[in-house]
Amino acid sequence: MNTLHVQLQPAHAGTLESSDAFVRVMQNDQAGVEIVLESSVAEIYGDAIEALVLQTVLSMNVDRVKVTIQDKGALDFVIKARVQTALLRALGVNEPDWSTL
Amino acid sequence: MLFVPGSNTGMVCNAFIYQPDTVMFDLEDSVALSEKDSARMMVFHALQHFTYQNIETAVRVNPLSSPFGLQDLEAVIRAGADIIRLPKTDTMDDVLEMEQEIAHIENRIGREKKTLLLAAIESALGVVNAVDIARCSKRMMGIALGAEDFVRDLRTQRTKEGTELSAARNQILLAARAAKIGAFDSVFSDVKDKEGFVHEAQYIKGLGFDGKSLINPNQIPWLHKVFEPSKKEVDWAIEVCEAAKDAKEKGLGVVSLDGKMVDAPVVLRAEWILDLARASGVLGEEQ
Amino acid sequence: MKDIEKYVNPKALTPSNAPFFRYEEKNKGEERRAKLCLSIEEAIYRSGLKDGMTISFHHAFRGGDLLLNNVMNVIAKMGFKNLTLASSSLASVHDPLIEHIQNGVVTQIYTSGLRSKLGEAISKGLMQKPVQIHSHGGRVHLLQSGELHIDVAFLGVPVSDEFGNANGYSGRSKCGSLGYAMMDAHYADYVVVLSESLEAYPNVPASLHQDQVDAIVVVDEVGDPSKIGAGETRMTTNPKELLLASLTAKVIEHSGLFQEGFSIQTGTGGASLATTVFLSERMEEKGIQASFGLGGITGTMVYMLKRGLIKNLLDVQSFDEFAAKSLGENKNHIEISANEYANPSSKGASIKQLDIVVLSALEVDVAFNVNVITGSKGLLRGASGGHSDTAAEAKLSIIVAPLTRGRIPTVTKRVNTVVTPGESVDVLVTDQGIAVNPKNRELRDSKKQAYMSSIFIPCMSAQLRFAGNLHRSHTPTKSLRSFATATARSSTWCDNLPK
Repeated sequence: MNTLHVQLQPAHAGTLESSDAFVRVMQNDQAGVEIVLESSVAEIYGDAIEALVLQTVLSMNVDRVKVTIQDKGALDFVIKARVQTALLRALGVNEPDWSTL
Repeated sequence: MLFVPGSNTGMVCNAFIYQPDTVMFDLEDSVALSEKDSARMMVFHALQHFTYQNIETAVRVNPLSSPFGLQDLEAVIRAGADIIRLPKTDTMDDVLEMEQEIAHIENRIGREKKTLLLAAIESALGVVNAVDIARCSKRMMGIALGAEDFVRDLRTQRTKEGTELSAARNQILLAARAAKIGAFDSVFSDVKDKEGFVHEAQYIKGLGFDGKSLINPNQIPWLHKVFEPSKKEVDWAIEVCEAAKDAKEKGLGVVSLDGKMVDAPVVLRAEWILDLARASGVLGEEQ
Repeated sequence: MKDIEKYVNPKALTPSNAPFFRYEEKNKGEERRAKLCLSIEEAIYRSGLKDGMTISFHHAFRGGDLLLNNVMNVIAKMGFKNLTLASSSLASVHDPLIEHIQNGVVTQIYTSGLRSKLGEAISKGLMQKPVQIHSHGGRVHLLQSGELHIDVAFLGVPVSDEFGNANGYSGRSKCGSLGYAMMDAHYADYVVVLSESLEAYPNVPASLHQDQVDAIVVVDEVGDPSKIGAGETRMTTNPKELLLASLTAKVIEHSGLFQEGFSIQTGTGGASLATTVFLSERMEEKGIQASFGLGGITGTMVYMLKRGLIKNLLDVQSFDEFAAKSLGENKNHIEISANEYANPSSKGASIKQLDIVVLSALEVDVAFNVNVITGSKGLLRGASGGHSDTAAEAKLSIIVAPLTRGRIPTVTKRVNTVVTPGESVDVLVTDQGIAVNPKNRELRDSKKQAYMSSIFIPCMSAQLRFAGNLHRSHTPTKSLRSFATATARSSTWCDNLPK
């Protein structure tokens, strides 16, 4: 997997409103993707959400990041959108390749 | 046409429940500058979600002159939006420029279905150019009035009676009909005022408008009720259409009902009423 | 003259050996106040309460109840242990019970509902003995069969006289109907009435009667008037609730039951209230009058009574101050006991005359079983209430709920807890479609002409994960199987979850 050797600026996306998710991303000191999830539906969907976040991060060619998510019962596509937005902001990308998202 | 701000997650996720005729995701005025990118991403994904595959979707993008417009188009055309709503259309050049960009993107991604256009007219210049705007592109399916900005452009205020809008409404309607496309009225902001809403809706229906933009799902049934043909109208329309069918089968050139002759335009009107009745759910799929 | 034997009967009574006669009081006037106690402690002493006994309370004050906590604090201070607490229901205001349970004051609970921290603590294993959850009607049966035997009942009321005639529709903390308290007053061995005010004798008409009451204590407050009302009393503007309400009203209209003299029961909550409003509009248009409204009565129902749209209100619990006041004022607004309301073994329970009931749900499964008591995580956070009783007996039972609450689906493969078995349920109305229980065939046929869309339950629980882009596919309703449950149709019992 290609690594994007770009320093990630801390960035965030989303809100703490119901049905949304507040996502923060920052450079991870250790290698790898670290996911910290706080969710109102953690018991039921926690694993699924973490898997989704991991998949989203990796598909954007990022494999070294810390992602913190405060989830308020957001649907999958909302979580995906928030993670992608946060990463794009962190990477400073204004014109992403939409075919990959 | 239900307005859904692209930054409001709750509304984006739930709008389809209320079965609006069209969902209009907004990336323009209802979204803060700092959130243009996040709203765009949200709408990009929402458009692809299975809950929106069977509803007509529209997106109000930012103007091409802004830093956001082009990216908006890239995202939402790829995501499969049916209609692009152009904000603040003043001249037909605005339309042509937008059409060109859209065509480029469609070619590049290999999208066969042509994305349609809906021009929002929100200024005096726009109203004056309405006919050109309506006729200049084959993709244009309708034009709409954006009352708030228009009234500001006129340097007056909105009133309940709406006299300040009468010129604009009439002009837009005429332009739309000349171009044989749809005419849509603007939003009614006081969501608690059902009577006021219904009054305005009845007025614009009387003028000939095809629909209205809504900002709250509660307004959907109110609007449908206003546009719903009455039982009398529907019964009449059924009679006329059956008489027309009858005449056609018999090879007669003239349609007659109750001994009187029925003109072609009248038959067309009857068919149109039945279409409306089926769309409102008043009639089933049969005749 | 014949020789007539003098009649002797060991049970014969003369004033001097009557149980309540106090020989010491030479002044006859004092006997009249003999029931009055100076404090809750005195009442408890007089009651003969001992460790291991059963005490009871009623829940007409709902979230505004102050009495249960006050009395329990006194009982705990007096050192009682191992008591069984039988409150007709429990609300979040009763969380302080956790401490009493931890200290061994209460070791068994009978109730219809458990919520908030108390519900959570019990779900996580606070008690040794499982809590007995009963329906409102079921509680009366428990009392009648003797399984639940109340030693001392503590009944809070806003007004009483010095002899024990009490009602709930006057005074400061109006709670309206004392339908549940009436049962305790009838079946308990010793009845203590705790009243906010003392009226002159006789306080009639009475809901709790002088010949049921043993002792009376005047207390500062039994309830908090601002919290007694159960939430929504105004018409909602929430689009989802309005959508649910309009769909429910349509179902009722097309059910074949919507005609002169029909009867109805609805719950609280935005969608239920809005349904009643939509229905009343239809009723005005068609000139239909309902014969009665049953159950928990709200201001909306009172409004319909006043407009002549409903003939009678049969009230076992008044949900807001409008209903509470109306009970005292309207002669067609009648207070009924829980036995007359919903006891399945009663000689006559009104639910058996009920046409339509509109209920809510936390979860519904593909067999139409309904859960109203445990949440998605399995914690106790609701009540059985009148749900199972009414659903079992009403001609048409309608469950109304949003299809998902945020990400959590309402429809599941199998509910966490069965409170109401699927065979009692006729229709499920959600914001995204309506499902009719195929068991109810005549309802299904009349629906063909109705203006609504159907969703098909077997696929729904799978679709509803929303975890990926699942496409909804429609399969015919014929594939629905609703399996009969062995549970009794009425007063469904459910123990709390295993620890």
